[in-house]
Amino acid sequence: MLFYLFALLAVLSGTYMVLTRNLLYAGFSLLVTLLSVAGIYVLLFADFVAVTQLMVYVGGVLVLILFGIMLSSRVHDQSVMSESVNKVWGTVITFLILVGLCYTILHANLHMLPWLETADMDVLGLEKSTVHIIGIKLMTDFIVPFEVASLLLLIALMGAAYIATDKQKV
Amino acid sequence: MEGVPLEHILILSALLFSLGILAVITKRHAVVVLMGIELIFNAANLNLVAFSRFDPLLLQGQLFSLFVMLVAAAEAAVALAIVLRVYQLFKTANLNQINHLSK
Repeated sequence: MLFYLFALLAVLSGTYMVLTRNLLYAGFSLLVTLLSVAGIYVLLFADFVAVTQLMVYVGGVLVLILFGIMLSSRVHDQSVMSESVNKVWGTVITFLILVGLCYTILHANLHMLPWLETADMDVLGLEKSTVHIIGIKLMTDFIVPFEVASLLLLIALMGAAYIATDKQKV
Repeated sequence: MEGVPLEHILILSALLFSLGILAVITKRHAVVVLMGIELIFNAANLNLVAFSRFDPLLLQGQLFSLFVMLVAAAEAAVALAIVLRVYQLFKTANLNQINHLSK
């Protein structure tokens, strides 16, 4: 039941994000969407992913986006608004994509997949937390992607700082 | 949570994905387009975590979603830096008006 509450909240605030013309309202409704997705992660037994979602998206990306809105709009002459274009064609294309995806999901016969049928889902209830498994996996099987990720983050940090610097003033 | 069928989670993910696509298509402010892309990333992550429930000992879906989040964070940082730079040059963040390479 809690899942449907979070799902409703996510879809409603996502719709409001698309419909509103005020950029700040769009940013805050994206906040609600990200929070409800984090709640759904908790319900799906993914506690570490939920905490990471809160820290990375809500704590990092969303603050960056709000900074971006504040710094790239002139508030005094109403530029914090943004118009929509391609409304008809955008809606048509989106609706077609949605219908295609739902048709595929409903006709996919997911319960015939052997690894879904034989899955031992009681293990998760006993384990209580996924942090232990994820930590061991990150340091053994996924050590190369983990190190590449740290390198990528370093490069992104340096690149973002370099790009955003005002070269005329320095 | 055992009562919720897998299809419902996948349909929620499809809805979020479509909303992200709609934001990318119809909005013309660069930051809102980035917000739509974040929504699409979230939809993909939701799928990965939903299937990871059936893989409780390996949790490959959850690990993959962690890496997706990481790439999304790096992308957001660099893209917003580019948006700020473009705004300094052109004095606008409207994607329809940014159509030449230099001033």
